[in-house]
Amino acid sequence: MFPSSFDYVRASSVAEAISILANEEDAKLLAGGHSLLPLMKLRLASPSKLVDIGRISELSYIEDRGEYVAVGALTRHRDLEVSAVLGSSVPMLSHVASLVGDPSVRHRGTIGGSVAHGDGASDLPAAVLALDATMVAQGPNGTREIPASEFFLGFLETALEEGEILTEIKVPKIHGGWSYQKFNRRAQDWAIVGVAAVRNGSTKVSLVNMGSMPLRALATEAAMNSGASISDAAALAAEGIDPPADLNASADYRRHLASVLVKRALEEASSS
Amino acid sequence: MNGSILGTRVIRLEDPELLKGRATYVDNLEHPGALYCYFVRSTVAAAKIASLDVARAKELPGVRAVLVASDYDIEPFVPFFPLNEHLKRPVLASGVVKFVGDPIAMIIAADRSTAVDASELVEVEYEPLDAVVDMEDALSINARQIDPEVARNLVASVVGGNSDNPLNGAEVVVRGRFENQRMSVAPMEPNSIAVNPDGDGDEGITVWVSTQMPHVIQTKLSSILSIPKGSLRVITPNVGGGFGGKAGVIQEHVAVVGASLMLGIPLRWMEERGENLISMQGRGQVQYVEMAISRDGLILGLDARMVGDAGAYGGFGGGLVAGSTRSMAQGVYSIPKIRYKAAVASTNTPPIGALRGAGRPEATAFLERIVDMAAAEISMDPIEFRRKNLISSTSFPYQSVMGPLYDSGNFVKALDAVAEVSKYQDLRREQLRRRQAGETVVLGIGVSCYVEVTAGGGASEYGAVDITPDGGAEIRVGTSGHGQGHPTTFSMLVADTLKIPLEKIKFIQSDTKEVPRGGGTGGSRSLQLGGSAVNAAALQVLDVAKNLAASHFEASVDDIIVSQEGTIGVAGSPSHFLSWTDLMDVAKQAGVELAYRGDFNQAGATFPFGAHVSVVEVDLETGLVRPISHFAVDDCGRVLNPLVVEGQQHGGIAQGIGQALYEKVYFDAYGNPLNSSFAEYLVPSAAEMPNFVASNTETPSPLNPLGAKGIGESATVGSTPAVQNAVVDALSHLGVRHIDMPMTPERVWQAISQGSNGPLWSEPPSIFSEIKKSDSGSAPEEVDI
Ligand SMILES: Cc1cc2nc3c(=O)[nH]c(=O)nc-3n(C[C@H](O)[C@H](O)[C@H](O)COP(=O)(O)OP(=O)(O)OC[C@H]3O[C@@H](n4cnc5c(N)ncnc54)[C@H](O)[C@@H]3O)c2cc1C
Repeated sequence: MFPSSFDYVRASSVAEAISILANEEDAKLLAGGHSLLPLMKLRLASPSKLVDIGRISELSYIEDRGEYVAVGALTRHRDLEVSAVLGSSVPMLSHVASLVGDPSVRHRGTIGGSVAHGDGASDLPAAVLALDATMVAQGPNGTREIPASEFFLGFLETALEEGEILTEIKVPKIHGGWSYQKFNRRAQDWAIVGVAAVRNGSTKVSLVNMGSMPLRALATEAAMNSGASISDAAALAAEGIDPPADLNASADYRRHLASVLVKRALEEASSS
Repeated sequence: MNGSILGTRVIRLEDPELLKGRATYVDNLEHPGALYCYFVRSTVAAAKIASLDVARAKELPGVRAVLVASDYDIEPFVPFFPLNEHLKRPVLASGVVKFVGDPIAMIIAADRSTAVDASELVEVEYEPLDAVVDMEDALSINARQIDPEVARNLVASVVGGNSDNPLNGAEVVVRGRFENQRMSVAPMEPNSIAVNPDGDGDEGITVWVSTQMPHVIQTKLSSILSIPKGSLRVITPNVGGGFGGKAGVIQEHVAVVGASLMLGIPLRWMEERGENLISMQGRGQVQYVEMAISRDGLILGLDARMVGDAGAYGGFGGGLVAGSTRSMAQGVYSIPKIRYKAAVASTNTPPIGALRGAGRPEATAFLERIVDMAAAEISMDPIEFRRKNLISSTSFPYQSVMGPLYDSGNFVKALDAVAEVSKYQDLRREQLRRRQAGETVVLGIGVSCYVEVTAGGGASEYGAVDITPDGGAEIRVGTSGHGQGHPTTFSMLVADTLKIPLEKIKFIQSDTKEVPRGGGTGGSRSLQLGGSAVNAAALQVLDVAKNLAASHFEASVDDIIVSQEGTIGVAGSPSHFLSWTDLMDVAKQAGVELAYRGDFNQAGATFPFGAHVSVVEVDLETGLVRPISHFAVDDCGRVLNPLVVEGQQHGGIAQGIGQALYEKVYFDAYGNPLNSSFAEYLVPSAAEMPNFVASNTETPSPLNPLGAKGIGESATVGSTPAVQNAVVDALSHLGVRHIDMPMTPERVWQAISQGSNGPLWSEPPSIFSEIKKSDSGSAPEEVDI
């Protein structure tokens, strides 16, 4: 469809974007546009102004910082996919990025946009959750850091405040095993259910499309961290979780898929 | 035929333009001054319109007009072919709405965004009625009657076959209830039309429209709008996919052209993806099928009770269950006794039209399912069972119990060929190995045999060939190809006969000013009818040319030949040859036209056939199906260009995989469409496709000089049940006998967990006991769709 009319401004720096946001009621940041523009075309979102941060090059980088890798918010999925730094230190993030949508989505969409959008059905938010990453946000009142476990709050709702920009994601390096299981019917689709597992000392498992936001499989994690077998832990994948139902899957089927995929993910993460 | 290009893989002449994105479609042509149309559509499936207020929309700057039903003076019409004389389509819904998406007002504005903004200002109050969504519920005594004239919502019915009791006395009877789900047609280019009421100069009105049948549009629009046919020029540029969905007119065409004439302004309309997905739909049958067999595997009888969904306003596609699904119900098998009953229901869902195969895939689907169930029942290999029951190659022409006369065929040959090319026995061994090893990813092998009908309608087409002064040729033909390769294949015919190089042949179609009449492209009719007409015209031109050359050289006509270099002269006398350019001068002096225009008539329908084997992997833990290879042996008579035929086979296989595994239109209990975007309506992409192995047997048709039959729909007819059978076959050791399409991971998982995804059989709706005779409008099988 055709979006309602809106104003457009291109910001050339983070500071400029923050100041425009501060002065405009209904403005929204535009990064890769691959979540926002579809909503606008369906007229489910009608911002009065788009502040395009897509060309702020200072926010596109992937840097080795010792214990962690720093990823600029405007780094495209495609850049994650082919990054040598991630390839050696956080290969899961490259792998997850390679499974997002199709090539044109991956060349436009940004990790910051994906994480800030906070869609429970998206791959990268669940990945940063299992990786125990830290989000760096900048706003009129300065810079703050938010751990992934406190970042996702509800349906398309995150800890980012009005006027704040997600600038960087700090991703701890992986020293143990990992796995990402994406179950979908067509290669280009969102996951019907997805599972990220990271064994970095303790075991972290997160779930895609099992709720209104990216979720941790807490019962599975607890079982694993107290020495249960993979099968037993995987059987708890959907414990306490109320998954959605849609044309692709009923809630029951999602629960079943979650345990199958968690089992596969844990087995793979344990073998690498 | 030394040096003939017929039968060779000539690369498609039209592709560079298409592939470089330089092709023009209705919406990227310039339409100077044209305003944009946008439809306000019903948001409820069944309701009285209590009030409709367009005043605020009209006031929005940039809006030129907002039209409602009462603004038009147009009688309700039949968009393509009537299914029930009482059910016609109004140009815009008036008084009541009958499905979600039913157009109720049309905005005309300076640009698209303004038109959409205005649509949000239209205020509609609905008084909801019970929505009748499910076709079987619609036929029950308790259902609300949607149309006052159509009792029990029974739009049409048919009784066919040769027996009242086909199962009587049988040793074994298998039965199944199969859903052939409603699908969206999903062409890349949605519907689109533009109209200039002043045409070009004295031409009258010009319409550009994305359609399979420009001449049908011309005839329909001129009669619906009461304008002389001669003053309406219809042009169809490139079309981004038809697949049956662009046959006949749609009410949006009528609304746009009607408004343009009323207001005297040029207009344009392009459908949105969401509108397209909810307005162009096909298939939609529920099939109750019983088959009687002997213990040793001979088919004794078939009883089919079939429900077709017409959707709202008597969508013509609903009638296919009484048309080509019925006529092809015997398929490739020798079946002595058949009873066939069909009931077509009106529902509060979008009208059903045609979709690639239009009724034939539905026939093959139920036959191939019940045949597999029969083979499984007596533990016979599905290929062996089929071979035992196929109509023998010595029986052609073959009179089917259901009516048609199959022109030619060799069904066993196609089945043998596909068994060989797929290494069927090796596949069976691998299947067994995996089962015995207890692997969680199992193998399924699906077989299907089919015969279908093409060019069963009027079976006449216009074709012309003109030699041009530069020694080239122009083809004009009444078919309207939109991706099928006509510019290449038809030019090959002329090049072969007249030895004019392909690059000097101009192919002209889809413009009623250039081509006086035509049936368009649908129902796999084009090469056998249009191609034959062009071929006949080329032969006539050759005849004229030979006569001219004979008198020019004072030789006998019998001594005149066309050289491989494209010159015409006296055999054995190299100095006595003329080029086509020279011959044009000679013709001019003689006052003769080096041209021929005429029609080709075919005595009846042709019957392409074939056999497919599909191989899938099924993950027993998740239910996910992965197609791994698909073998198609399709027989479309003589093959003129193997590359083009293969393209049709590949596309058909992909579409069959789409129906078997991915695609279905869903509604909620209130008739709201649930998947009106490509994020939810799953058309598979190249990434999901297995390796295709397409080949042909060639059994010429005796009905046209080319020996050609249609290929446009065959692979869809053959592939869909092969894929479905493969998935069921993968799980047969678990007791699974049937899974409905689309075989989604969840459905397959349910079948794995429960041994089925629902009861195999339930009693058909009671209405069948009341259907004693046929009662349908002019049967859609009379036309090519
Ligand atoms: C066809 C298609 C298929 C897709 N498939 C998948 C898939 O399989 N898996 C998957 O995970 N995703 C998928 N996506 C979504 C895609 O990954 C998006 O690109 C991503 O989710 C959003 O990133 P973006 O840069 O495009 O954000 P935008 O659309 O520009 O923005 C999204 C939201 O975040 C806000 N925002 C953007 N950047 C920032 C920032 N730096 N700070 C604060 N707020 C910000 C915006 O204001 C907006 O509200 C698909 C998208 C499409 C169109």
